[in-house]
Amino acid sequence: MKDEPGEVWVAGQLAATLLTIDPARLGGMHLRARVGPARTAFLDALPPDLAAAPRIAPGIADETLYGGTDIAASLAAGRKITADGVLARGGALTLTSAERTGPGLAARLALALDAGAVGPLLILDEGTEDERAPERLIERAAFACDLDGLRPETMAEIALSSAERDAARARLCDVTLPDDALTTLVSTAAALGIDSLRAPLFATAAARAHAALSGRNSVTSDDLEIAVSLVFAHRATRLPSEEPDEETSDPPPDPETTDDGDSDPAEGDTIPQEMLIEAVRAMLPAGLLAQRRARKANAPSGAGQGARRRGAQRGRPLPARPGTPSATARIDVVATLRAAAPWQGLRRAADPDRPGLIIRKSDLRLRRFQDRSERLVIFCVDASGSAAMARLAEAKGAVELMLAEAYSRRDRVALVTFRGEGAEVSLPPTRSLVQAKRRLAGLPGGGGTPLAAGLRAVHALAERARRAGQSPALALLTDGRANVALPGGSGRAQAMADAEAMAGHLRACGLDGVVIDTGARPRPELETLAGRMDLGYLALPRADAAAMKRGVDAALGV
Amino acid sequence: MTRPFPFSALVGQQEMKTAMLLTAVDPGIGGVLVFGDRGTGKSTAVRALAALLPPITVVAGSLTNAESPERLAEWERQGGDLREVPTPVVDLPLGATEDRVLGALDIERALTRGEKAFEPGLLARANRGYLYIDEVNLLEDHLVDLLLDVAQSGENVIEREGLSVRHDARFVLVGSGNPEEGELRPQLLDRFGLSVEVGSPTDMEERIEVIRRRVAYETDPEGFVAAWAPRDLAIREAILAARARLTATEMPDAALRDCAQLCVTLGSDGLRGELTLMRAARAKAAYDGASAVARDHIRAIAPMALGHRLRRDPLDEAGSSARVARAVEDVLA
Repeated sequence: MKDEPGEVWVAGQLAATLLTIDPARLGGMHLRARVGPARTAFLDALPPDLAAAPRIAPGIADETLYGGTDIAASLAAGRKITADGVLARGGALTLTSAERTGPGLAARLALALDAGAVGPLLILDEGTEDERAPERLIERAAFACDLDGLRPETMAEIALSSAERDAARARLCDVTLPDDALTTLVSTAAALGIDSLRAPLFATAAARAHAALSGRNSVTSDDLEIAVSLVFAHRATRLPSEEPDEETSDPPPDPETTDDGDSDPAEGDTIPQEMLIEAVRAMLPAGLLAQRRARKANAPSGAGQGARRRGAQRGRPLPARPGTPSATARIDVVATLRAAAPWQGLRRAADPDRPGLIIRKSDLRLRRFQDRSERLVIFCVDASGSAAMARLAEAKGAVELMLAEAYSRRDRVALVTFRGEGAEVSLPPTRSLVQAKRRLAGLPGGGGTPLAAGLRAVHALAERARRAGQSPALALLTDGRANVALPGGSGRAQAMADAEAMAGHLRACGLDGVVIDTGARPRPELETLAGRMDLGYLALPRADAAAMKRGVDAALGV
Repeated sequence: MTRPFPFSALVGQQEMKTAMLLTAVDPGIGGVLVFGDRGTGKSTAVRALAALLPPITVVAGSLTNAESPERLAEWERQGGDLREVPTPVVDLPLGATEDRVLGALDIERALTRGEKAFEPGLLARANRGYLYIDEVNLLEDHLVDLLLDVAQSGENVIEREGLSVRHDARFVLVGSGNPEEGELRPQLLDRFGLSVEVGSPTDMEERIEVIRRRVAYETDPEGFVAAWAPRDLAIREAILAARARLTATEMPDAALRDCAQLCVTLGSDGLRGELTLMRAARAKAAYDGASAVARDHIRAIAPMALGHRLRRDPLDEAGSSARVARAVEDVLA
């Protein structure tokens, strides 16, 4: 499997070159890298069309995107002055800090990409761990490149003059794609467990672009190999040689169909599918597939950032404030006129020819509303020991009951379980009952009680929720016998000390919530721990799901 | 803008295509909800359908696509000749502001000329056409509320900022989304007439055919569209014929009883289920060229008309389509 860092670099640069040859069909590139010398060197080496693309950031306003009234200029001139939007200009775009892109912007960019109004899109994703650019955009980019762990000195240049690129572009429309090549691409995608039909479509475009670049008029097996390794490698969810994983409930096209397609007489024997699979295998770092399968199971990465409650859209009205209108802030016309009224005499004297009211930017008043922010209820469940199964089942029941009401309450729910050596986020923040049920089925239990690790996972989730504009709340279900310390420590005393230290951190988060003692005999340590976190304490030795939900509801003041 | 992909060239996805065609036959059915994975041709189908539909007659210059001078809203410039325009398909992007959707005070005119004028929004443009909402399940709640209100009354009433205006807003809602990213509020769900689920085709030949046609389309859009034009035209004519036949298509008492019995068996809330099932079955019968609604029509329509109206039971693992299928078998045995 892939270990040459130079290969990633060359593949990435080749992908970028293909992108400039056929920007309309290839969509873009997902470049995952932290800001650093490797990324700078990579961007510097890009073909000029891409390197010079205008940059947009996730916070971009609709006026900048679509064009709209230039408020400052319009008020100064006394007539409407419009500015062109980024999308209206078309051409290549670079989206920086893409991991922070909200669903709104992602949808608009996806729409523009689909309509062919812009492209290619270079998605600069600086996310760490499971932070990622929205799937909707990644899906619409043919290529992906991960510069993680690359150092600039390992890089080689692809020297290609602009004349060569122009020649390739001119040749592109003459490049033909044999039908058997097309068939092979589709069946290869299926064999790699790629559901979306965009992938084979991108692969055909990439193969044609590569053929044009190589000066050929027909796609050959070399082109297919390159196309497949650039387009399929980062989308593959399995390799045909692996056992199909048993947990997928509805397996995508099963291997038999693939084999049928392969032995189809209509298909030429020039391009064996195995060769293409090998090409993909060569691009895959070890362990990636398992990770990706896990992510596929987690499904939505974009949904977690959810609908942020903006102060300017809805809710209880607040007094108007000065400011500049944008997509999210509306002008309060009456307040604006009221602010401008006293100055009309003076302004009229200074500028007698202007018709109508004379309004300056400083007069503008914006509407404001106050709204309760969305809440994230984090269930942190002790899955250790013998009582684990019952407790887990009850927690699952409570989570499902809460989700069933999520519409009226605008809550999201997450589940953290801890057992054995550590903690995991068993259910990422979600509102979706479908997803929750799928994830909650068959959670394992048993082992030690790493309470501190659980609290640390809660802390990370809570911090992230706060950044996304949600207010986190915690329901901790445990019997409080912490006996596994954080990594590095050992012993029961250390375990409890770690848990108390984490509790201190959590208190700083200012969480709402409740600690539910599920032990047969309530323990004072747990009440102390709850006190440390500033949470309520509730002893429910034999709680069922409904009682537990009532307890949580009461503690959260619903 | 390039020409949209021809509707007749879409491979597979029979349910989705049927649902969309039926709303074209009878817009009163009340919209289509398409739920499914990415890259399954949801948005392609909507745009293809719009290109396929017969043009509508509007008063030239009307901002609400009024069909005759009498139907112009009172704030519109009066007069103008009649002309034909393509059926409007308006995209409602996520994160669109209330102003852009409903229309708002024209700030420019208010501030520069001191006039109180109305600047129409997306709902005005969508009148007599389609309103397409991609990722409808991620739409902000307050927009959903507004849409519900307008979709139900067929009229957009704006009472704010000193404005008091109204205009027709009768449109077919087409929503698409991925249920794993968040569910739709039951109130909005119920408001969609039909709902279908789409998935990536699993048949290898079908997948290959999708890519083959798409590549052909992208290589030569004009030629591809021209090659499929006769088939698109045939569908358009079938739609027009079905529209003409629609009111004459009989709805026998037995069919009504079947519809009611189905809804009772499934325990769907309210009467909207029956009404939609009836209308959709009649549209289906008209499209198939039948003179009266038969059980086959109801059987074909029931899953898409009722699947999304069932009470959600958080503890029931079986999907709603399975429940509908069971009920159809029981009732229409």
